[in-house]
Amino acid sequence: MRADLEIIQQWISPGSHILDLGCGDGTLLHYLQQERQTSGFGLEINPDHITECMNKGVAVIEQNLDTQGLSNFDDDSFDTVLMTQALQAVRRPDIVLDEMMRLGREGIVTFPNFAYWRLRWYLMSRGRMPESETLPHKWYNTPNIHLCTFRDFEALCHEKNFRIRNRTVVDGEHQDRWLSRLWPNMLGQIAIYRITRGD
Amino acid sequence: MPDSLPSDSVGLVTPQTLHFDEPLQLACGQVLKSWDLVVETYGTLNQDHTNAVLICHALSGHHHAAGYHSPGDRKPGWWDACIGPGKPIDTNRFFVVSINNLGGCHGSTGPNTVNPETGELYGPDFPVVTVQDWVNSQAVLADRLGIGCWAAVVGGSLGGMQALQWSISHPDRLKHAVVIASTPRLTAQNIAFNEVARRAITSDSDFHGGRYYEHNTLPRRGLMLARMVGHITYLSDASMGEKFGRELREQAYQFGYDAEFQVESYLRYQGERFSETFDANTYLLMTRALDYFDPAYETDNDLVKVMARARCEFLVLSFSSDWRFTPARSEELVNAMIAARRKVSYAEIDAPWGHDAFLIPTPRYNAVFSTYMARVAREVGA
Repeated sequence: MRADLEIIQQWISPGSHILDLGCGDGTLLHYLQQERQTSGFGLEINPDHITECMNKGVAVIEQNLDTQGLSNFDDDSFDTVLMTQALQAVRRPDIVLDEMMRLGREGIVTFPNFAYWRLRWYLMSRGRMPESETLPHKWYNTPNIHLCTFRDFEALCHEKNFRIRNRTVVDGEHQDRWLSRLWPNMLGQIAIYRITRGD
Repeated sequence: MPDSLPSDSVGLVTPQTLHFDEPLQLACGQVLKSWDLVVETYGTLNQDHTNAVLICHALSGHHHAAGYHSPGDRKPGWWDACIGPGKPIDTNRFFVVSINNLGGCHGSTGPNTVNPETGELYGPDFPVVTVQDWVNSQAVLADRLGIGCWAAVVGGSLGGMQALQWSISHPDRLKHAVVIASTPRLTAQNIAFNEVARRAITSDSDFHGGRYYEHNTLPRRGLMLARMVGHITYLSDASMGEKFGRELREQAYQFGYDAEFQVESYLRYQGERFSETFDANTYLLMTRALDYFDPAYETDNDLVKVMARARCEFLVLSFSSDWRFTPARSEELVNAMIAARRKVSYAEIDAPWGHDAFLIPTPRYNAVFSTYMARVAREVGA
């Protein structure tokens, strides 16, 4: 089982109503339906992923965050709003975060850390935009148009008065390593944040 | 029919007429004391009666949805692309029931059938029936067939409205509703097109207030015009452009008003053929049923409140070029389902054919529809 699923699962109370932004092939929602008896929806735009969600019995809505936004969802209509590995690919991550906190009591966000030491080294030594297993694209065709670091994300949360309840830093295989705990912004590849409104 | 039956065809099928003596209370206040429904079925009902799927037809549809009536048939049923062995509605797994609705003109009780109380054809005296009335009659049919709960109720356009109405009116009698290229209510523009169609029919001098049978005639010109304007709304600018463009029948302009462009000739041909085979009173009735459909009407236009009554899961599909019932109308429905916390999946299929796209198989439509129905089949043990 993917380690990130295991970590996220711990933060979801049984029977929660969940929205997953960019739900992919529905693996996470399906897992949560099984393990936590959750209800809710995934939003996705990739046709093959949408079909796979239907195959899994995951309720999926074809909706584009960038062009359609989330205004069709009511305030406080979900217990948790999830967004795994999609924050860096949306046109306005800050607005999406605002919307997540409008719709849900809690938000869970995962994204790749652009300050990971290998990426820093890549840029420093070659002077070219870093590529890695997590970030395999070229600078001109990457869907990841808003890469940020853990520090950037935390600064944004602070600015917006969102509270970071938990943060788990993992490597490319979503494993929690002691080394990445030591110096997350340098040694962590992916972070899983659990955030709430500050008030 | 092709020389040999394709392996994914349900083959030769025979419609049957079921007679009902259960009085049917209609929304207009009248009661149908006895009535007939013409039905076709494909596939086999399983032992537990859990694998039944109801197909609801659109404006000019009927019970003949799949297969052929005779080896001489030129074309199969109207939704043969989606019903058959290995097709999205897989007859190897499902028992499929397809009917002609009340008020139709293909054998079920309607304007062109005999009113048992007078011994004459109903004609314009046939009551205006609604989507709700149809669904209630379909529930009586389900009782007759021993189907307590449909695995799915499926329909496109006006058929999708019936699937939606099922989920609201009989929430415990279906597991899934598949609502394709449909809408929770008609817009003013939709009603306006229907009104043009109706006026074309009723202003035809051969209409005789709907009693044209007695005058041994048909309001052909009116029905033809109605069909022509309707047909335009089923296609898209792009698909008409691709099919006809500005192509002329002759080499040059004739400087007259006959059908000079191919598109004119096509519309006239389709309209004329339709006017010989479809009943004008049924056309009036079907368009009115479309106009009246508005399940949120009784809850002060609160669609969320209405959808909260549903218990089934939903698949909603729209088509990118459909301007009759646009993707936005499907999304309106989906949003109400989301707010009511109903389990719904939604996809907008990219297809150039306008509203008619729901009848035309494309790879993505096929994939989504097949995948969803395969899961339904697994769930109900089909």
